[in-house]
Amino acid sequence: MKHTLVAWMEDKPGVLNRVSSLFRRRNYNIESLSVGHSETPGISRMTIVVSGDDRVVDQVVRQLQKLINVTKVADVTSKAAVIRELALIKVKAANGGRSEIIELTNIFRARIVDVGAATVTVEITGPEDRVNSLIGLLEPFGIEEMTRTGRVAMVRGNDGSGSCDLNGA
Amino acid sequence: MKRTGAQMVWESLVYEGVDTVFGISGGAVIHLYHALPDYPIHHVLMRHEQGAAHAADGYARATGKVGVCVATSGPGATNLVTGLATAYMDSSPVVALTGQVATPFIGTDAFQEVDITGITIPITKHNYLVTDIEELPTVIKEAFHIARAGRPGPVLIDIAKDVQAAEIDYVYPEEVNLPGFEGCAYDSPSLVEQAAQMLNQAEKPLIIAGHGVVLAGAEDDLAALVEKANVPVVNTLLGLGSIPETHPLCLGMAGMHGEAATNLALSHADVILNLGSRFDDRLTGPVDQFARQAKIIHVDLDPAEVGKNIAPDLAVIGDLKDVLPALVPQVEPAEHTEWLATIHEWQKDSTQRDVLMRETDELLPQYVVRQIWHATKGETVMVSDVGQNQMWEAQYFLHHLRRGLLSSGGLGTMGFALPAGIGAQMGMPGQQVWVTAGDGGFQMNIQELATVVQEKIPLKIAVLNNGYLGMVRQWQQLFFEGRYSGTPLLGPDFAKVAEAYGIPALTVKEKGEVVAAVEQAANADGPFLIDFRIEQEENVYPMVVPGSPISVMIRRPEEEEE
Repeated sequence: MKHTLVAWMEDKPGVLNRVSSLFRRRNYNIESLSVGHSETPGISRMTIVVSGDDRVVDQVVRQLQKLINVTKVADVTSKAAVIRELALIKVKAANGGRSEIIELTNIFRARIVDVGAATVTVEITGPEDRVNSLIGLLEPFGIEEMTRTGRVAMVRGNDGSGSCDLNGA
Repeated sequence: MKRTGAQMVWESLVYEGVDTVFGISGGAVIHLYHALPDYPIHHVLMRHEQGAAHAADGYARATGKVGVCVATSGPGATNLVTGLATAYMDSSPVVALTGQVATPFIGTDAFQEVDITGITIPITKHNYLVTDIEELPTVIKEAFHIARAGRPGPVLIDIAKDVQAAEIDYVYPEEVNLPGFEGCAYDSPSLVEQAAQMLNQAEKPLIIAGHGVVLAGAEDDLAALVEKANVPVVNTLLGLGSIPETHPLCLGMAGMHGEAATNLALSHADVILNLGSRFDDRLTGPVDQFARQAKIIHVDLDPAEVGKNIAPDLAVIGDLKDVLPALVPQVEPAEHTEWLATIHEWQKDSTQRDVLMRETDELLPQYVVRQIWHATKGETVMVSDVGQNQMWEAQYFLHHLRRGLLSSGGLGTMGFALPAGIGAQMGMPGQQVWVTAGDGGFQMNIQELATVVQEKIPLKIAVLNNGYLGMVRQWQQLFFEGRYSGTPLLGPDFAKVAEAYGIPALTVKEKGEVVAAVEQAANADGPFLIDFRIEQEENVYPMVVPGSPISVMIRRPEEEEE
C-alpha cells in the first residue's frame, strides 16, 4: 500500500543526500519525493510517497527520525489531507489537434502555458489520478516531453501535525 | 582568545575529556599535527588508518568513553572506512577527524581529495564537512554529543586544510542545539507494567541480554532481575559479560554457534525478554521460525530496532538504566523449577559432548582459550578477531568482566583484534589485555605490532594458527563438497615476526606446552606473542544448519572419531 509521509529537515548541504542514501541503503521502495521550503526559515519540507506494508513504512519513519538533520516525520496517509501534484506536458498539436487539446485542458481545469508551432504545453495541478487521466487522454496526440513534481501533501484543518513545530503531533 | 582551527580542535578535545588519540599524519592534517604537542593529548601513531579507527573503537569499547582517530584526506580517510563501519554496526562511540583539501580546491579532484563525508554517510551516525572556521567549535561539540548520546556511534568531522590554518576568537559552546536529535526518554510505565505481568505469568521465561546492557551499564540491574525472578539468561556475542558466565542462570552465547542447551532454551521459552539486542540474524536464524512459542518483549533505546527484524508482542522504548529499575520491583519472585530442570538436562548433554571432555593429545584451540581463562582467572579484557577463533573465544572463555569482551560482532571485521587491543590497552593501562586472532585475521593488521613496541603496550597476543581461513574452510567442508577454494593460507613464522619487531614470542605445537606458555605470557611485563599451531581442521560446534531454525544444529558427536 502507498503511504504519504511528510518530513521536516534542516536546510543544509547534503541533507537530501542523507535521506536518499537511507532509502537506497535500506532498499525502501520510494515512488516519489518532493522537497522545498517550509514556512519556517531554515527548515525544508519533504513529501515522500513510499509503498510497503505498515511495518516497512513504520521502519521508514523511524529510520528517518534517526537522521540528525530530520526534525520531524509524520505519516499523513490516514489523515484528511490536500494532496496535489503538478505536471507540465508538452503535446504535439498538429492538424487541428490543438482545439481538442484546449478542450481537454479546460475540462480538467488545467492551463495552456506555452504554444509553439507544432506543440502545446499544458500545466495541470491536482491529485495524481486526475493528472494521470489527463495524461492518458493526451497520449494519443503524442507527448513530446513531460515533467511531474511528485506528490505534495498538507493535512486539512489544524490537528497539530501540519507544521514543523516539534511539540505538535 | 585567538586560536587557529587546529588549536581549536585540540582544545575542544581537551574540554571533552580526550587524553588519547590514534592516528597517522599527512598533508591535509599537518596543521593539526603542528598544534598537537601544545596540548595534554597523547598521540598513538598507528601504522595504517584502519588500525587507527579500530584502536579508537577498542578504546571506546573498553572504557565507555569516546575514542578518537585522526587521518589525512584521500587515502587516509578512506582507510578509516572499515573501522568506522565496524564501530557503527556495534554502536561504538568514535569521533574521526579527517583533513580535507583546502576549501578552494574542494570538488576539483585535487591531490588526495576524496568525498569522505559522502562516503561515510551510511556508516556513521552523523558526519560533518567544515569549510567555515566559525562552525568548527559547534561541530566538535555536537559530534561528541551525538557519538555518546542515546545509542552510541561514530561521527566523522572532515576539516578543510585552510580552516585548520585560519584564526578566530575561540569560544567553546556549553550546550548543543540539535532539534532533530532527541534523547529517547523512557515514558511508558504502563508498558513496563505489562512486561512485568507477562514475565510473572510465564512458565518458561528467558532473557536475551545484548550489547545494550553493556552500553547502558545496566549489569547490576540485569542481575537484580535475573535473581529475583529466577529467569535464565542467554547472551548475544556482544552481550557476553553483561552477566557473569559462571552465574548458574547464565546459559552463555546463543545463535549460530550457541550451545545446544542455549538455543533449545530460546526455542522452547514461552516469554522472551530481549534487553538491548537487535535480533541480529546470527542470533535468530530465519526470523519466521524464531522462538515461535514465545511472546516477545523487546526493550531497546533505538525505536528503529524495534520491529526491524522481529515484530515483538510488546515493545518498550527506553534506556535500560531507566526501564530495568522500573521493571524489577514489579516482577514477582519465582522458582521456575521445572523449566530450569529441563534446561539443566540439556546442559548436561552439552557438557558430555564438550570437546574438553575428550582425552586427546591434539592441540585444540578450545583448550588454549580455556587455559587463558584459567591463567588470568578471567580477569582480562579479551579482544577477539573474527572467524572460528572468535567463536572459540566466545565459547570457552567464561566472561565475567564488564566490558571484558571486545569483538567485531556486527560487521565481522577480520583484522580488528590487534589494533582494537592496542586501543583497549591504552584506555585501561592497569588491566591485562589479550588479543586472540586466527592466522588469517592477524595478518590483516599485523603491521600494528610496530605500534605495540613503539608505545610499549603490554598486550598479550594468542594466534590460533591453523593455516586456513578456517570458518570459510569449515563451511566448504560441510556445505561445499570439501572444496577448499581460496582458504589454505600460508603465513609467516609469527614468533620470528614478533621478535623482529622486538616482541618476545613462543611457538607452541604440543598440548603439553600450552599452560606454561600462557603463564609466561600472562606474567610477562611487556607484550608477548604465542603462535599456537592448532589442529588444522578443527570445527566450531555446535553449528546451526544455515537456513534452519536455531534449534536445528550440527552437534559435536559424543565420541568423535580420531
